[in-house]
Amino acid sequence: MDKQKFIELFKETIDIEDKEITSDVVFRDLEEWDSLALLSVIAMIDDEYDIIIQGNDFKSLNTLNDIMSYIDDQK
Amino acid sequence: LAYLTFDNIGISHLQACVPENTIVNRKYTEHFSEVDADAIVDKTGIEERRFATEGVCSSDLVYHAASKLINDNSVDKSKIKFLIFVSQTADYKMPATSVILQHRLGLGQDCMAFDMNLGCSGFVYGLSTMYSLVKSAFSDETQGLLLVGETRSRVYSAKDRKTAFLFGDAGVACLISQGMKYGKSHFELNSNGELEDLIKIKYGGSRNPSTVNSITQEIIDSNGNVRTEEHGYMDGTEVFNFVISNIPKSVKSFIYRIGIDPQHVSFYIFHQANKFMNNHLKKKLRIPNEKYISNVDRFGNTSSVSIPLAISTEMKNNPKNKSNTLLCGFGVGMSWANGMLDLNHTQLGDVLEC
Repeated sequence: MDKQKFIELFKETIDIEDKEITSDVVFRDLEEWDSLALLSVIAMIDDEYDIIIQGNDFKSLNTLNDIMSYIDDQK
Repeated sequence: LAYLTFDNIGISHLQACVPENTIVNRKYTEHFSEVDADAIVDKTGIEERRFATEGVCSSDLVYHAASKLINDNSVDKSKIKFLIFVSQTADYKMPATSVILQHRLGLGQDCMAFDMNLGCSGFVYGLSTMYSLVKSAFSDETQGLLLVGETRSRVYSAKDRKTAFLFGDAGVACLISQGMKYGKSHFELNSNGELEDLIKIKYGGSRNPSTVNSITQEIIDSNGNVRTEEHGYMDGTEVFNFVISNIPKSVKSFIYRIGIDPQHVSFYIFHQANKFMNNHLKKKLRIPNEKYISNVDRFGNTSSVSIPLAISTEMKNNPKNKSNTLLCGFGVGMSWANGMLDLNHTQLGDVLEC
């Protein structure tokens, strides 16, 4: 998948367009990460990749790379 | 498959009642900061809700709605032989609130009355059950009164941000009548009790009776949300996942089964959960703006009442053809249901405030 595109979508989804982040950022440690951000990211992934990440599966993901490989595995 | 179809049964009259007491969410800051409140409202899109004042029950809201419906339309009460009260906030554990309402509304003793304990799917469940009863009635003049009431504002902890800004109170009365003009109606009803824990009040029933602890002991989660075991709990993430995984599929297959072109659906009226979830459903089902009905910004999530309340506030002055109106309720259970009916001949009263 297009890593850069995913990072941009992620930033846009949780309103951190101004921040520089890489694909190995631990998104849970971001100041903006909360339960509403989680729902927004689940919705974005459903919209863009047609994949619904179940809540329990999401708990095992920590970096954007983790999310991207999860999506790739489901495809 | 619990798929039901009916000919010549319809909602002849519908009347809603909401409490006057309006809660403005951005100013609902007794337990949370204004910054928190704004962030939640920006996401959920729920600006205002109505809270019943102390002592006012779900049954009072539906009583006022039903009384107005009966008086305004000179309804002959002797023709009402069925009464269903859909609610999860009944007056008592026993007797059933519907039986009390039979007397309070001055209906005859030859009226069947029972409660239906369902949440957000409850209106579609109650409606399809009432259609079945009225359809089976001996006389073609027999009518049924479907009452749907909730005081969800009291179910959840005001200190739990996951639920404190979502729920509101309301009641609706619908008269179900027979007549050729109502045409065909369709319903499909579903359940998945494996997911019983997603939305739950764990204590205070027979499985886990009330204890001093269940009432007074505070449970504090990692985000500082406070509730007790007698408050409603909701796993928002799992509920969201359930809804986006199941509801679009369910709605699509329902429309396909009925055999109409999705373009011929007149309106889509979903359970008014919150704007974030409902907008996502709208997007997934590619519903155009003019067919999408919502009042969640002004009344919040009123559980089983949200669909008929949206009909009441949004359809009254809508001059468009309402012949294929799709209703879709989903939530606590988990339980979900679809309905497709003609609302062209439904008399909608102005919303009553009390």
